[in-house]
Parts: sequence; structure tokens; C-alpha cells
Amino acid sequence: MSLWNKHAIFEKNSIILLIGVLLVISIGGMVEILPLFYMKSTIEKVDGVRPYTPLELAGRDIYVREGCYLCHSQMIRALRDEVERYGHYSLAAESMYDHPFQWGSKRSGPDLARVGNKYSDDWHRQHLSNPRSVVPASIMPGYPWLARTELDARNLKDNLRVMQIEGVPYTQDQIDNASADARAQSSEDDPGSAAFAKRYPKAVARNYGGQPGVTTEADALIAYLQLLGTSVDFKIYDEKAGIR
Amino acid sequence: MTLETDKSGHVDHAHVDSHTGMATTGHEWDGIRELNTPLPRWWLTILYMTIVWAFFYCIAYPAIPLFQTFTKGVLGWSARGSVNEEVAELRAQRGPMVAALSNASLKGIEQTPQLRNFAIAQGKAAFGDNCAPCHGAGGGGSKGFANLNDDDWLWGGTLEQISATLTHGIRAGDDLGHLGAMPAFGRDGILKANEISVVADYVRSLSGLPVTTGADLKTGAKVFAENCAVCHADNGKGNMELGAPNLTDAIWLYGPEKATIVEGLTNGRGGVMPAWAGRLDATTIKALTVYVHTLGGGK
Amino acid sequence: MSISPPAELRSVEKTMRLGELSLLVLSVIGVFGALFIAAKAYTPEYAFHAYVFAAASLASALAVSNRYFNRPAEMPPQVIAGKPNYNYGPIKFSTIASMFWGIAGFTVGVIIAFQLAFPWLNLDLAWTSFGRLRPLHTSAVIFAFGGNVLIATSFYVVQRTCRARLAGDLAPWFVVLGYNLFIVLAGTGYLLGITQGKEYAEPEWYADLWLTIVWVVYLLVFLGTIIKREEPHIYVANWFYLAFIVTIAVLHLGNNAAVPISMFSSKSYIVWSGVQDAMIQWWYGHNAVGFFLTAGFLGIMYYFVPKRAERPVYSYRLSIIHFWALIFMYIWAGPHHLHYTALPDWAQTIGMVFSIMLWMPSWGGMINGLMTLSGAWDKLRTDPVLRMLVVSIAFYGMSTFEGPLMSIKIVNSLSHYTDWTIGHVHSGALGWVGYVSFGALYCMVPWIWNRSRLYSLRLVDWHFWVSTIGIVLYITSMWVAGILQGLMWRAYTSLGFLEYSFIETVERMHPYYIIRALGGVLYLLGAVIMAWNLYKTIVSPETEQETVGQPALVPAE
Ligand code: HEC
Ligand code: HEC
Ligand code: HEC
Ligand code: HEM
Ligand code: HEM
Ligand SMILES: [Ca+2]
Ligand SMILES: [Ca+2]
Ligand SMILES: [Cu+2]
Repeated sequence: MSLWNKHAIFEKNSIILLIGVLLVISIGGMVEILPLFYMKSTIEKVDGVRPYTPLELAGRDIYVREGCYLCHSQMIRALRDEVERYGHYSLAAESMYDHPFQWGSKRSGPDLARVGNKYSDDWHRQHLSNPRSVVPASIMPGYPWLARTELDARNLKDNLRVMQIEGVPYTQDQIDNASADARAQSSEDDPGSAAFAKRYPKAVARNYGGQPGVTTEADALIAYLQLLGTSVDFKIYDEKAGIR
Repeated sequence: MTLETDKSGHVDHAHVDSHTGMATTGHEWDGIRELNTPLPRWWLTILYMTIVWAFFYCIAYPAIPLFQTFTKGVLGWSARGSVNEEVAELRAQRGPMVAALSNASLKGIEQTPQLRNFAIAQGKAAFGDNCAPCHGAGGGGSKGFANLNDDDWLWGGTLEQISATLTHGIRAGDDLGHLGAMPAFGRDGILKANEISVVADYVRSLSGLPVTTGADLKTGAKVFAENCAVCHADNGKGNMELGAPNLTDAIWLYGPEKATIVEGLTNGRGGVMPAWAGRLDATTIKALTVYVHTLGGGK
Repeated sequence: MSISPPAELRSVEKTMRLGELSLLVLSVIGVFGALFIAAKAYTPEYAFHAYVFAAASLASALAVSNRYFNRPAEMPPQVIAGKPNYNYGPIKFSTIASMFWGIAGFTVGVIIAFQLAFPWLNLDLAWTSFGRLRPLHTSAVIFAFGGNVLIATSFYVVQRTCRARLAGDLAPWFVVLGYNLFIVLAGTGYLLGITQGKEYAEPEWYADLWLTIVWVVYLLVFLGTIIKREEPHIYVANWFYLAFIVTIAVLHLGNNAAVPISMFSSKSYIVWSGVQDAMIQWWYGHNAVGFFLTAGFLGIMYYFVPKRAERPVYSYRLSIIHFWALIFMYIWAGPHHLHYTALPDWAQTIGMVFSIMLWMPSWGGMINGLMTLSGAWDKLRTDPVLRMLVVSIAFYGMSTFEGPLMSIKIVNSLSHYTDWTIGHVHSGALGWVGYVSFGALYCMVPWIWNRSRLYSLRLVDWHFWVSTIGIVLYITSMWVAGILQGLMWRAYTSLGFLEYSFIETVERMHPYYIIRALGGVLYLLGAVIMAWNLYKTIVSPETEQETVGQPALVPAE
């Protein structure tokens, strides 16, 4: 009985109970979370992962806004069938600039981690505005308003600036020209395309949304989708070093 | 057990529950008391068992974070290592057939029933997740996305031609792939609206479709000869080198409606099919080639 | 102190209390601050939220002033005629709010369930599309329905088991109204496309900040009441409520750390990224389950089950052990949401073993709840409210068995990403969270509105059966769907190739999605029956005795 009586200290003193609870719940989180920040093996060393261009970032924001992550994962698990269906399992490095991550938790639709370059822009346009026009059995909602809505790129520099504060390596030049770059990337023949290409050498500028002269939300979202999973060249990726 | 007195001088009574015969702890809150029942044995036992199991599991598998590394576990297991092994095992299982497939010529595959069946099985598996979104589950296609079931090919239906189409894609930025597209006659000011209208009617007439009453097919034919025949040939039967479709066979990529044709003439056409060499391995592309070839009257 | 003199004899000068004054000042600042932000907002959606906030601040300023002019000069008495003067006003508000949000949340659940079966129901409109309605559903059921039940019951339980009036005067009102303002901001935000994109933490930075303020006040009110208590010991229900409140505060702050792109924009970016963000998200997400949907509702169980069954709690010692073990182990289990992902293996292992060890601490709660009925099982035949409470505990036991099972990596490799998870969620959500809430509300409404009994026990019976059939349809269809999906994804032909394309697995889900949706309709119907029953209870004439419906304890022999 004696040991049980000791518990009275918590039952008679709310502050001690409170502190006890706080102590008990801090341990697990600290052990699991902190090492991910300092342990070097957490994020694999790879070449090719780059920050999003302003247009892609805007597209990602639309992806989040529309809640695509509630049906689509972006995380190919290290399981045989997933690797066969979707491609190389996802690396931590591939989402290191993702604030927040979009790994998802439910696959009502297929994984999108490597959907980049898998379909044409035109397919995405049709699919987004009416999925059943291309995939009759699809249960995905249509998003016809994306093609009708001009992208609000006025304040994109604020988005990039905050990303930079949070550790994404954007340069001041990139931040200052965010809106112009978003426009430039959404067309093949924009006056700003040379400057854009210089600021983002690995990015592709083209008319993703298909409408000449305007940058729509469809432009942004498709630019984002077409980038997904294409950054790392797995031919030169060191499998052994990435095991952890 | 000691009796406790609360601030208002009320005394809690240790108390024995009549039903269970168990003593309560003596406290009471708004009429609720608590029995002092000991911990259920089975419950405690299972709790201990899970803890012991957890301990051993953590020894066996990667578990404890340290400073720059973590305990790797005595089994040496890792998720990534193990999936690589499993994929390798699967490859080994398919190995002989895959090797045969990659060594055989496309013709050879078609002529060896066993290889052919294997290729079709593999092709079908790859088709569902990679091609069906555009070409439809059965290869039937949809507007702008080629039907692979009919005997009508844009870029050629021989095994070699299909293989080339799959490997390098169509207008997908691969220089070895099929390039060239139909110009935007309207947008780029090559043809005027009325010319587009008449040539559209003329195109419909080629496959025997009704035309707008009073349409000037003569002018249409003239516009066609001057602007279109370079690609679609004088007789409108198309040119596979250029991917220019046959306009006389009543099989349409985009559709026979006049408005659709006018839209194409105005804004140009140039469907894109991805190049698969980067995403699928050579054997899979081979298998897909054979599969697609069997779908619809392959040449 | 204990007897308040009639108003004419008041000698105290009426002065504005510090709380009233500061709330008034803050409300006025809130009005102008929000209007300023509305004027400069980057988007009309954000401006709309600023106007909502301005309107709420204005209402608050008016309400505080109005209350000041109408109230007597002195504080409400703590005790009247030797009995604590319990504060039920805010509880009544939260009770009604919970019924309202519950029905709203279940309705949206039914809509999204039908959308997955018949996608044209998305209507091609932004605000009716699945991706925007789904967070509306999860937040409405968990935070709006569940949260209001938790606030209402915790405020009730803490007063009754401490024999003390709720701490604070305006503060409890601030908690319930402020919390529901947060719900409105969150819910309308999703429809307008304002979201942080983190499951169960979707509200944007300003709503998160507002919730932080409300939550701190909630903690202070709750803790303040415990400190004022007239009982020497803190009752076990309050340990659970307290753990729920403080832990949710910690989780909320950790997971929502974000930098807004401007004060004038609703958009922010979460500070964490990639793999660290994933871990923090599921540290949060899993413990939203552990502390919001479990610890909080266990608090409910520990009060309402013994009360309704009129039996002592089964084991005090089990309470102690399972309480500490539960809160300690829950925190570690988050990585079971990230098995086989790019989260390092070591973290997955820890998450898995703690999930397994969590099984018994969870079942400790179940045992303590169920065994409290020993000696009172016969009541289940006559009391459908008690039956609801008991079935909720059974569902709790079931989902906390299923959970550890799904945490095993091999099982999770199949179940993850599939409808099995959805089935698991709803056996916990509909069975445990829903039923224990319904049971508590059925008990509490007559008590706080001073009615001798519920309007109709037969209607409770109907509610019970209709919704039980609903749950069975829901979770069995999702088990079948989920396992089928998982098996189809990994099915290989005899030649060693994937057998099904993804879209074929989608097609096969159709019948199960219809069954699930019908189950949802029944569950919703049950809730509507309940709302009617509670409404009729509330509008029926008041009864005299104070302790009506509070069954007297069985006297000791
Ligand atoms: C209700 C669930 C649902 C939502 C929400 C949803 N999708 Fe889908 N998505 C699907 C399904 C089912 C498929 C598979 C059938 C198809 O291709 O349409 C799919 C397929 C896709 C594909 C093709 C993937 C592939 O490899 O074949 C892309 C790309 C895609 N969705 C993007 C999006 C984007 C972007 C959003 C948000 C704007 C979104 N989806 C929202 C269900 C959904
Ligand atoms: C992004 C959509 C898309 C995907 C995915 C796709 N295709 Fe295509 N494919 C097309 C389009 C569009 C055309 C017609 C191009 C044109 O207009 O000339 C085409 C043409 C073809 C052709 C040539 C047909 C002809 O008549 O000459 C073949 C063969 C083909 N696809 C096979 C495949 C196979 C096999 C796959 C899967 C590995 C695949 N396609 C995936 C869009 C796609
Ligand atoms: C530079 C070559 C070229 C010229 C010149 C050309 N076309 Fe085409 N045309 C094509 C190609 C290539 C396609 C197929 C585009 C695709 O696959 O997306 C096509 C497609 C079409 C189609 C759609 C067929 C279908 O099945 O839906 C029509 C109709 C058409 N052309 C009519 C014309 C007419 C009329 C003219 C002249 C005014 C013309 N084309 C000039 C290359 C050409
Ligand atoms: C009428 C009753 C309900 C219906 C018809 C319903 C329906 C649904 C549907 C269709 C989904 C989406 C599943 C998917 O994406 O595949 C969902 C998700 C969810 N629901 Fe419900 N629901 C109901 C009640 C509840 C209740 C009462 C709760 C909680 C107390 C709840 C909590 C959740 C949660 C947490 C999710 C997200 C699950 C996940 O992401 O894994 N639901 N619900
Ligand atoms: C011992 C207790 C429990 C354990 C170990 C546990 C474990 C799990 C596991 C393994 C998953 C699946 C993760 C995935 O594959 O994505 C899951 C999901 C979930 N569980 Fe439990 N569970 C427990 C109890 C509960 C209870 C009581 C509820 C109450 C409602 C609940 C609610 C949920 C929700 C909402 C999800 C979905 C999260 C998401 O993906 O959005 N769980 N749980
Ligand atoms: Ca989820
Ligand atoms: Ca948030
Ligand atoms: Cu969990």
C-alpha cells in the first residue's frame, strides 16, 4: 500500500501534477525529433534538388490550397510493389525544401512523388479541368476554375522571402524578381525568359497552362506537377550511402 | 488506512463495496468512489511482455539514436536494403525470361509464343499505370490521345516504329523523337477565317461527311493544295513521316466536328506523348511495344 | 459570502473589474486592428476573416459593457446555502454548440463519402470540392464537436469533483466563445482555400495564434478551479483533462510554428520542412488522437460512467498506472504513421515498439471503464444511455487493439494509405469518441438544465440502434475496402508483374464507398434524433430539486 500512497503528492497538488505531465510527455518527442535535426545521415547527399521557382512554388501553394494531399501521397515507400509501380523510393532529400511536407496519408488517387514528366501539359490541363474526360473511372474532382483564374503573383516575393528566412537558399535577386519570373516561366517567349533562365538554370519555361498571354493557376500547378520527382538522377545516386 | 479531512471538515470514510467486497480508497467526489482493486494480473503480464519484446526488438533492429549515428540492430536489417534485395529477387525470378526478352529481336519475340505471352503480360502491367491515363484502359484513346486499337497509325504501326515512338516520344523535347507539328494557320495569320472555314468543310468532305450548305469546296480544295498537302499529301491520306494524319479515313484524333477542325487550324495541333526511355527500362519498352502491336491490327 | 443580499440592500459600489476592463479594451483594439488589416489584406478571403474578427470583437465589447450594466455589484457568490454555486452558463453554450457542430460535421462526412462514390457531387466548384470539404469534416467533428464536448464536460466535471465554482468570471465565457470563433475561422477558411496543409492542424497562422490565447485561458480556468477545490484529492477524470489540455498546447505550438508571408496575408509557411516536418506532424497528429480523442474523452468516461452506473470506479491503482503509462507512451508512437517512408528506420522502430507497448495502457482505461459496471450490468437493459457509454468503451478497446496491430510494420505496409486506416479512424471516432460524447450529453443536459429526466429514453434507444447499424456498415465496408485495396496494390501475376493498375483498384472501391456513405447517413440520422430529444428535454418545464437526475449513491451497508 505504501507506494500507492506516494501518488497522493500528484493528487493533492495541481502544479506538481502539471509539471509531472509536462516532464513525462516531453521525453518521447525530444528523443525522436531532435536527432533528425543534427544527425547527418537523416538527409541523403544528392545532387539536383533545387528550391522551387516562383511559379512552381505558387503551384505548390495551390496544391495545398485545394487539398490534393488528402487523396495523393508524395512518398513512395521502400516496398517492392511501390517501387515497381511508381519508381525509386522517395528520399528525404527530395522534400527538404517542402514547407510543409506533402507526403500524405491516404491514397484515394495514385502517388504523385514522380509524376513529373510522366504526362503532357495538355493531359494535365484536360485532367485537371475534367478528370473523367481522360480517365473515365476517375473519382477525382474537377478543377476547372484553375484554368480560368489568373495567378495572383503580385506578392510572390514575400513568399520567397519567408522561405529564405526558413532556410531555403533563395538569392536576393530571385526574391526581387519573383513576380516577373513567374510570368516568364509560363511562356516560351516572354521578354524576361533570358533573365529567368539565368536565375533558375535547371528550370523549364513553357506555356504549361496552354493559354497564350496569361499566367493562370493551371500554369502554376502544372509547372509544379511536372517537376515532381525529376530532380534527382538515380543513375548516379549511391544506394549504399543512403541506407539509414 | 488513514482518514483524511478536507477543508470543510468533511471526513472521507474508507468503505467496503458490498458487491465486490473490495475496499474503496476512502475518497469521494460528487458521489463517486474508487475501489482499491489490485492491478489485473493478466493485464500486468501482457504489459511486461510487450516491454520485454520491445527491448529485444530494439536490439534486433535499427533503434536508438546516438550522436552522429544510431544502433543499427544485430540483424543488420534496413528498409532500403531490404527493398533493394526484394526487387533483385523478383528480377532473378523473372530473370531468364527477361534476359531472353532483351536479347530477342522484336520480331523474334512475336514469333516465339512463350516470349510473346511473357511480353504481353509485362506490357499489360506497364500499360495500366503508364499509358492508360492517356490512351484509355483498353487503348481506345480519347480526344487528342491516339486510339491504339484501330488499324490507323499516326507514326507507323510496325514494331520498329512503335518502339521508336515509345522510346523517344512525340514532341516531348527528345530530339530523336517525332517532331514537327501542324502550324497555327489562324493565329499566325497564314489563313483568313473564311479560308479556314472552307478548308474545314473540304476536309470533312474528304471522308464523306456532310458540309455546310453552300460551302465553297472548290476554294477549299485550293487552300488545301496550297497549304496542307505538303504534310497531309495531295489526296489527304497523310504522311507518317510527319505524323500528319490521314484525313480521308473517318478516323479522327481530335474529332470530325467542324468546330474542332477549325479550332485545330486556328491554333495548330501537336499532341505530346512523353518519351519513356528515361522512366521505363529497355525491356519494359520492348514488352510494351509488343503489347501495343497486338492491340490493334499492328502492321 | 454565502448568502447574497437582495439587490436593494447592496452596499458595495459597482466598479468595473480588471477582467472586464481589459477585455473591453482588448475588444476595442481588436475591432480597429481587424478593420485595419481588412483594409490592407492581400486577398478578399483574408479580408473576410478580418471582418469576422472585427465583428466578433465588437460583439464582445458590447456584451462586456452590457453585462457590466446589468450585473449586481459584487461577484457571483461561490456558495449558496452551503452548496457550491456552480457556473453552468458557458457549459450550456458549449453543449448546444457541440450538437450543432456534430450534425454539421457528420453531414459534411456524408457528403464527402458520397463524393468518393459519385465524383460529380464535387460540382466543379472550388468550395464544394473534396479537398476543401474533407478538412472541414475532420475539423468539424474533432475540434468543433469533440472540442465543445470536451470543454463542456471538463467545465462540468471539474466543478462537481472539486466542489468549487469555475474559476474566473468572464474567462469561462471567453473560452467557449473564443473557441467557437476559432472554429468559425477555421471552417470558413477551408471553404475559401485557407489552409496550412497539415492534417488536423490546417488552420492558418492567425487562427492558430487565436487558439493559443483561448487555450491558455482554458488551462488557467481549469487549473484555477482545481486549485480552488474543496476536495483534498484531484479526481482521476481531472488528471486526464489536465493532461489533455497541457499536451495539446505543447503539440499545437510545436506543429504550427510558421512564418506568415505578411501580416496582411493569410498565407504562411511552416518553419519545419521535409522529413523533420513529417516527424513533427505525426508527433502532433498521433497525439491529437492520444490526447484530444483519447485522454480528454477518458476524462469524460471517468466521470460519467461511474455516475450513471452508480458504481465506484473499478481500480484506483489501475487509474494511476494506466494514466502515466498512457501519456508517457503515446508521445512516442507518432512514427507509425511514417513506416517505410523516408523517415530513418530507427525512428520507425521506436514508433512501432511504443505503439505495441501502448496496447495495455490503453486497455487499462477500457478495463477501468467496463469493470466499473460490475454489479450494474442489469442496468444496460433498461438504460440506453448507459448502454451507449459501455459500447463506446468497447469500441475504445477495439480501436486500441487495432491501432497497435496496424503499427506493426508488416501490417502497416498493407494498411497504410488505404481505407483500412479510414475504418480504424472511424471505429475510434464514431464508436468511441461519438458514443462517449453522446452518453455524456444525455446525462449532462438534464443535470445542467435542471430537468428531472430526458424527454424520451425510447428515442435514445432509437438513436443507439440506428447509429450502431451505421457504424457497423461504415467500419466493415472500410475493412473490406482497405484490405482489398492493399492486396490489389501489391498483387503480382504468376509471371511476376503487378496485376492491377491503380485505376482498377479505384473502380473496385465503388460499392464499399456506397455502403460507407449509407452507414454515415444512419449515423447522422441518429444524431438528429438525439438533437431533437435534447431540445425537447431543454424546453420541457424545469424541475424543482437541485440534484434531480443525480442518482443518490448506494449507501454503505
Ligand atoms: C477525391 C480524391 C482526389 C483529389 C482531391 C485529387 N485527386 Fe488527383 N487523382 C485521384 C484519382 C482517383 C486519380 C486516378 C485516376 C485519374 O487519373 O484521374 C487521380 C490522378 C491524378 C493524377 C495522375 C496521376 C497518375 O500518375 O496517373 C494527377 C497528376 C493528379 N491526380 C493531380 C491532382 C491534383 C493536382 C489535385 C488537387 C488539385 C488532385 N489530384 C486532387 C483522386 C483525387
Ligand atoms: C501524356 C499522355 C500520354 C501517355 C502517358 C502515353 N501516350 Fe502514347 N500518345 C499520346 C499522344 C497525345 C499520342 C499522339 C501524338 C500525336 O498527336 O501525334 C500518342 C501516340 C502514341 C503512339 C503512336 C500511335 C500512332 O498512331 O502512331 C503509340 C504507339 C503510343 N502512344 C503508345 C503509348 C504507350 C505504350 C504508352 C505508355 C508507355 C503511352 N503511349 C503513353 C499521349 C500519351
Ligand atoms: C507541317 C505539317 C502540316 C501541315 C502543313 C498541315 N497539317 Fe494538319 N496535321 C499535321 C499533324 C502533324 C497533325 C497531327 C497533330 C497531332 O498529332 O496532334 C495534323 C492534324 C490535322 C487534323 C486533325 C486530324 C484528326 O484526326 O483529328 C486536321 C483536320 C488537319 N490536320 C487538317 C489540316 C489542314 C486542313 C491543313 C491545311 C490548312 C493542314 N492540316 C496542314 C501536320 C500538318
Ligand atoms: C456521419 C458520420 C461520418 C461520415 C459519413 C464520415 C465520412 C468520412 C469520410 C468519407 C472521410 C474521408 C475518407 C477518405 O479520405 O477516404 C472521413 C475522414 C475522417 N473522418 Fe469521418 N465521417 C463521419 C464521422 C466522423 C466522426 C464522428 C469523426 C471524429 C470524431 C470523424 C473523423 C474523421 C477523421 C479523423 C478523418 C480523416 C482520416 C484520415 O485522414 O485517415 N469522422 N470521414
Ligand atoms: C493504442 C492506440 C492506437 C494506436 C497504436 C493506433 C495506431 C494507428 C495506426 C498505426 C494508424 C495508421 C497510420 C497509417 O498507416 O497512416 C492510425 C491512424 C489513425 N488513428 Fe489510430 N491508433 C490507436 C488508437 C486510436 C484511437 C482511439 C483513435 C480515436 C479516434 C485513433 C484515431 C486515428 C486516426 C484519426 C488515424 C488517421 C491518421 C491519419 O492518417 O490521418 N487511433 N492509428
Ligand atoms: Ca489522413
Ligand atoms: Ca495550423
Ligand atoms: Cu497514430
